[in-house]
Amino acid sequence: MTTTLLYDGSFNGLMTAIFMIYDHKIKWPIIAPASREQQNLFEGNQEVITDVEKAQRVWKGFKTLSGHRDAHQVYCAFLSEIIGVENTIFDYLKMTFSHQRSPSGDYANPTVLKISQAAKMVGREKHRMEAFVRFHLIEEDVYYANVEPDFNVLPLIAKHFKNRYADQKWIIYDLKRDFGISYDLESVHEVQIDFRNPRGQRGILNTTVPDQSEALVESGSFRESEIQYRDLWNQYFKSTNIKSRKNMRLHVQHVPRRYWKYLSEKV
Amino acid sequence: MNAMKSINPVEEESRVSQYKLLENGPSKTRKMNYERIKEKLEILADAAKYDVSCSSSGSTRKNKNKGLGDSSGMGICHSYTEDGRCVSLLKILLTNVCIFDCAYCVTRKSNDIKRAAFTVQEVVDLTINFYRRNYIEGLFLSSGIFKSPDATMERLIRVAKKLREEENFNGYIHLKSIPGASDELMQEAGRYADRLSVNIEIPTKEGLKLLAPDKDHKDFIKPMKAVQQSIKQYQSEKKLIKSTPVYAPAGQSTQMIVGATGETDKDVMYSAHYFYNKFQMKRVYYSGYIPVADDSRLPALGTEVPMMRENRLYQTDWLLRFYGFDVREILNDQHQNLDMDIDPKLSWALRHLDQFPVDVNRADKRMLARVPGIGMKSVHKIIQARRYRKLNWEHLRAIGISLNRSRYFITCDSRIFESRDLTGAQIKQQIMINSTSKYHNNFSNQLSLFA
Repeated sequence: MTTTLLYDGSFNGLMTAIFMIYDHKIKWPIIAPASREQQNLFEGNQEVITDVEKAQRVWKGFKTLSGHRDAHQVYCAFLSEIIGVENTIFDYLKMTFSHQRSPSGDYANPTVLKISQAAKMVGREKHRMEAFVRFHLIEEDVYYANVEPDFNVLPLIAKHFKNRYADQKWIIYDLKRDFGISYDLESVHEVQIDFRNPRGQRGILNTTVPDQSEALVESGSFRESEIQYRDLWNQYFKSTNIKSRKNMRLHVQHVPRRYWKYLSEKV
Repeated sequence: MNAMKSINPVEEESRVSQYKLLENGPSKTRKMNYERIKEKLEILADAAKYDVSCSSSGSTRKNKNKGLGDSSGMGICHSYTEDGRCVSLLKILLTNVCIFDCAYCVTRKSNDIKRAAFTVQEVVDLTINFYRRNYIEGLFLSSGIFKSPDATMERLIRVAKKLREEENFNGYIHLKSIPGASDELMQEAGRYADRLSVNIEIPTKEGLKLLAPDKDHKDFIKPMKAVQQSIKQYQSEKKLIKSTPVYAPAGQSTQMIVGATGETDKDVMYSAHYFYNKFQMKRVYYSGYIPVADDSRLPALGTEVPMMRENRLYQTDWLLRFYGFDVREILNDQHQNLDMDIDPKLSWALRHLDQFPVDVNRADKRMLARVPGIGMKSVHKIIQARRYRKLNWEHLRAIGISLNRSRYFITCDSRIFESRDLTGAQIKQQIMINSTSKYHNNFSNQLSLFA
């Protein structure tokens, strides 16, 4: 009989679930986030109460066997939020614990391949976000950006932005997952903003609709110089293109349409 | 808006024509002259776009004292233009005023175009403000040669120096080495720039004589030598004294125009090979000639840009730098030009069928890298995965090895393999039938041109 372990969706929650599997000697476990609510009526459900200490025991144990690079891959795979990735991660950890070494590089093994593929997708999205974040200077001298990444990559990009923009306050907000990261010149914190507008219209969109941008200037949330710099950037983008080499296929391959919403040069 | 009108554009233009590129006052108090900057950006970004280098990687500069920016990681492309090229640096000319008259160049003296010039402060402001908004990785500053090479180089250095010293900017800076500038200036440039480059532009001496009669081949080589010397000196001093000020940590690069002077691919790649070896270039770029002049010495206006050829040259470049090929294996007196319809590795393999098939479970890294269709990433995956078990076709496919080309050249843990004794021509035909190249349309055009 399978046992479904419902965890809170956090990484520590997942590690606690794995701890429970070993601790309670659960034979046929399935791990799923409680929020997904696919509760199986006929089988036993168990709620996982996240316990950082237990979680860290599992994670540290795994890390000493696998090394930093592999552990990072597993963490990235977790951030992919792919349905069922929890169970792949459990398999991967189980293999590592039972062989006392990580199966790193065994790509012909489906679990290893899945983890490496998920980590690769997340890695790509992380890199895209480092590229496609567009800051706007708003009140209180904060550089603000909205994003809607395919995967939950804010935890991965915090370090890059902290190192790079060490002398400016910034906020990067994930509208899809409704949380952001904020840097206050000292450290990066997780923040949640209570927007007044409904989802999809909140925050700052890159808009070229004149009334809207004027309204933004008037309401004081958008400085005139912001519109000018955005305009200069758009001008640069246009002028640096070579028309006789036009290759839209390649262009869209590099800048997929779903990201255009936040790229002023593409609006 | 009023402040803008008060500057007389004519007056400013005439200043440019006298090569007196005076600076405005201190930036903090000055309001951005937005319309004028926009116009300059239009002219000077347009003129700079034929320099294809966009690299922003390979440097080691970290954020210092909580300043702005760092350029220690891999490069980031913040956008891509509609021609599919990456936008990672603010790539502009300081001015498109030039005293030279090189036929292939859009800013040549005799060309009747609008001229403009940025002030040092304007470039600094644009760079900082674009950078803070995460638009760019840094600045790539080039210039037409106004007044003299030294005066031009000195002005480029001033921009970089101001960014580093006054704005505490640690982003990426790529400066052009101006041919003919003094060694002392090159020495200084490398202290602020991450990368320096001088574009050789024309791969052959004869071509240069024809198209740029007032330039001397030696003028291009001299700054390369100076930079190379300084890099070497830095590297040896760094070993003894840790605090040695950094010098051009991302090295130097150059660019060649292809398709302007009738040179062969062998000419191009042998030149590239020379620059990689002699000057330890980080990169050589190949730029398909885009007709910008109605000149009988050059391909006519409207001639198609040789993008396919450019692509094949880059593939060859990669084979030399990452796949362990020697340039003479790919191009030699028997094969002076690359095949347009197949990639250079496949072309090499078809000429050396005696070295195939290779067993993916036993072959060494060098030989795996020579299999058509298997790239370096696949090579590493195969080497890692085969430590655990013998790989068969299913494994290879699952790992993501493309078998369309490679299957004619490999065997694996399977009794099924290409057992027919195919000739090179037959393999080529099989592969071409089973693949649809993204360049397919280009072939038909270009092949008919070359026929």
